[in-house]
Amino acid sequence: MDALDLTIEPGVLYGFLGPNGAGKTTTIRMMLGLIFPTTGEVDILGEPIFGGTPGQRASAVRRVGAMIEEPAFWKYLSGRKNLEYFARTAGPAADRGRRLGRIDDVIRVAGLDQAMNKKVKAYSQGMRQRLGIALALLGSPELLVLDEPTNGLDPQGMREVRLLLRRLADDGTTVFVSSHLLAEVEAMCDRVGVLARGKLVAEGPPSKLRASSDVVRVEVDDTDRARAILAGVEGVALDGGETSPGTLRLRLAVPTAAAAVNAALVSGGVAVSALVPEHESLEDVFVSLVEGADVPR
Amino acid sequence: MFRVEIGKSLHRMRTWVFATGLTGLAVLPVVVLATSDEAGGGPLFFDLIRRNGLFASLTILALIQPFFLPLGTSILSGEAVAGEASGGTLRYLVVRPVGRVRLIVSKYLAVMTEVAAAIAWVMVIALVAGAIAFGYGPLPTLSGTTLTVGQGLVRIVAVGAYVLCGMAGLAAVGMFISTLTSSGVGAAGATMAIAIGSQIVDSLPAVRSIHPYLISHDWFAFADLFRSPVEWGGMAHGLLLDAAYLVVFLGAAVAVFSRKDVVS
Repeated sequence: MDALDLTIEPGVLYGFLGPNGAGKTTTIRMMLGLIFPTTGEVDILGEPIFGGTPGQRASAVRRVGAMIEEPAFWKYLSGRKNLEYFARTAGPAADRGRRLGRIDDVIRVAGLDQAMNKKVKAYSQGMRQRLGIALALLGSPELLVLDEPTNGLDPQGMREVRLLLRRLADDGTTVFVSSHLLAEVEAMCDRVGVLARGKLVAEGPPSKLRASSDVVRVEVDDTDRARAILAGVEGVALDGGETSPGTLRLRLAVPTAAAAVNAALVSGGVAVSALVPEHESLEDVFVSLVEGADVPR
Repeated sequence: MFRVEIGKSLHRMRTWVFATGLTGLAVLPVVVLATSDEAGGGPLFFDLIRRNGLFASLTILALIQPFFLPLGTSILSGEAVAGEASGGTLRYLVVRPVGRVRLIVSKYLAVMTEVAAAIAWVMVIALVAGAIAFGYGPLPTLSGTTLTVGQGLVRIVAVGAYVLCGMAGLAAVGMFISTLTSSGVGAAGATMAIAIGSQIVDSLPAVRSIHPYLISHDWFAFADLFRSPVEWGGMAHGLLLDAAYLVVFLGAAVAVFSRKDVVS
């Protein structure tokens, strides 16, 4: 990790993006005090994780729910017993009682009702993932830290998890979720940080992550006539030739010029069947960000 | 934390396999004696069982002390941290609001509780089996005097406690090794190797000068409780040695684990 400086505001659903090996899991391990940074500090919910008293660390982590890398359980115990034992592991008696009382709730939220009394060694990867999320939710955490929570889930499960995290964040829980899936992060997060080679290379709301589109694709009945008309519209340039029959790519000086294109074509008697902004693919954005970090320092 | 550790053990198959094995072992000397006429030989106190069934509880300790007891202690203590690390559950324990020192100490106490339960279990089984097969009465000591049944039972319990103390030192070594690796089998094996190696070195006269510092050196001194008067020298040395191993290695385990990067 290289001089990572990250602040997560309360109640935000924060997406932590990066390719494999970027340092996402290392960051999460440091946040939770599993590994020790050579220098620097971590504060969670106002309490120091390193350098403070053990009591300060304990009072922070008891308000945190976490899944680090893949979930892990005592395989010879049932899912329910695992939750029960983790609930009883530590903290004041009131905390333990509260966690025990929530077992049924988190099982339902994670959609695991059927499998709770089976031993974990019989679970599929998706079920383990769900149990991991259930465990993270057990203490009604104020901060939820999840490392690639949708790993191994089917599309339906992924969607459920996204909706669940969104709902938790809307109810005031701060959620920090790492992922290498761009679409997933863009679909649910309020804020995104992109990590590459241990450095934060971009940060902000997901819409800011990629530049607004300046390329449009237009489908018309008569491309020759359309070309002639568009040549007279200011701020519009043809981008290459006919990409496929009846389709032109246009580069616009300003995004709002798309309306002018449409008006000009229609008034010129060209039938426009589609006018679509072409997004630079997320992948391209991501790759350019990550490769930017590779430039020799 | 401690209660969770015990609860987990009770749900493990291996606990019950081990308990079953110990039960079989515990009645073995009595069964052998009851079904044969041969006299003499055998482990410590073996030939005395025919005269007094209570001795069976001491014979069984003499039987399991060199191998089975260190084996069980090594597995439990060696797996304590390393087993959680290899299963991935260690990181989920460390991120709970439990201090790392408390995690180690709780696990150590759980291991010792299980070892104590194993010792008590075999002693009770052997005692009952022996008493049923050969009856019970005042115990003769190795010096020729006699103890009442009550006095004898107190000494027998003291023997169990002494043997447990010996395992307390070994379990501390096991915990220390367990914090160094994420292979439970490796840590258990290494601990076992130390227990066996110590007994081998202890039997070599050429290295007599280091014998008093070997972890197993006084493991069998409990026989001295059945002399009259009781010879305390060996056991006092043994207890001191156990305490030293416990403090040094449990301290080392805590020191290592407190600063350890938990990445597995």
